[in-house]
Amino acid sequence: MHNVLLVLATFLASGVEMVEALTIVLAAGISRGWRSTFVGVAAATLALAVIVALCGPALTLVPIDALRLVVGALLLVFGLQWLRKAILRASGYVPLHDEDAAFRRELEAARVAGAPIRAGLDWYAFTLAFKGVLLEGLEVAFIVVTFGSTEGSLPLAVDGAAAALVLVAGVGVLVHRPLSTVPENAMKFAVGLMLTTFGTFWAAEGAGIDWPGGDGAILAVLAFFVATSCGFVALLRQQRGRGPAAAAERAGGR
Amino acid sequence: MGAALAGFGRFWYDFIVGDDWTVAAGVVAALVVTSWLARLRVPAWWLLPLAVAVLLLASVRRAAKGQR
Repeated sequence: MHNVLLVLATFLASGVEMVEALTIVLAAGISRGWRSTFVGVAAATLALAVIVALCGPALTLVPIDALRLVVGALLLVFGLQWLRKAILRASGYVPLHDEDAAFRRELEAARVAGAPIRAGLDWYAFTLAFKGVLLEGLEVAFIVVTFGSTEGSLPLAVDGAAAALVLVAGVGVLVHRPLSTVPENAMKFAVGLMLTTFGTFWAAEGAGIDWPGGDGAILAVLAFFVATSCGFVALLRQQRGRGPAAAAERAGGR
Repeated sequence: MGAALAGFGRFWYDFIVGDDWTVAAGVVAALVVTSWLARLRVPAWWLLPLAVAVLLLASVRRAAKGQR
């Protein structure tokens, strides 16, 4: 069960980030040409592989309790960022991420930009693709390294990320447009819940506590965070319905 | 050099801590208390999930208040 959740978490987190990276890559490729864009993607992928290859094994040299405490705390704080944003989006306080709108913005910016040529490459396309893939991929690398090292199962975490890469890249090549129909916000909610759950479990273990039920407690912690997060969404929606903006909307509708 | 280091630090701060530093500070405080209770052999497995839920609720309520 532990391993299934681990693969699922890395798959979903990687899928979400890769959908966003694909949007940027498509905007760069369609507006500026594919050669420089692909070189940018390849360079960023190589950089990410080096980060995972260096950091993953290095973390396994740290004593397991210290590793669980530090990595668990980092994962927890990082996961709470995702969950916080997901709750605010689900309750209507922050607009939902719109992949089509992001694509139009990137496309427009790429079209009006100049055409600097360096080392035989369209530097704008290269930089846009490189930064897009590296920055979105860094979150994936962070999750893969932390999940893989703490559980001693880096290959499983890499498998989850690789499956997402194959799926998103494959669909991207086939449809050749942003994957706006992917339920990105729901996936982000799920990833936030899983990162928060694993972070809580490992950090508390690293701090010296014994979970009742051992590894099975992960499911109980996950259920607790699912219930509380859904409760927070309901509470915020209720508050929003009573707020000044809602009152103004109601008055305007009369 | 100094600017590059500051930029590097800011990137990692934004990457890990993000918009609300009080959540990170609260998590660290909850872990310190959990560790202390564990050393005293007090069952403290419930403390961190509870603290996380409280910190999360406070953070989203603050953010929602700022949006109104």
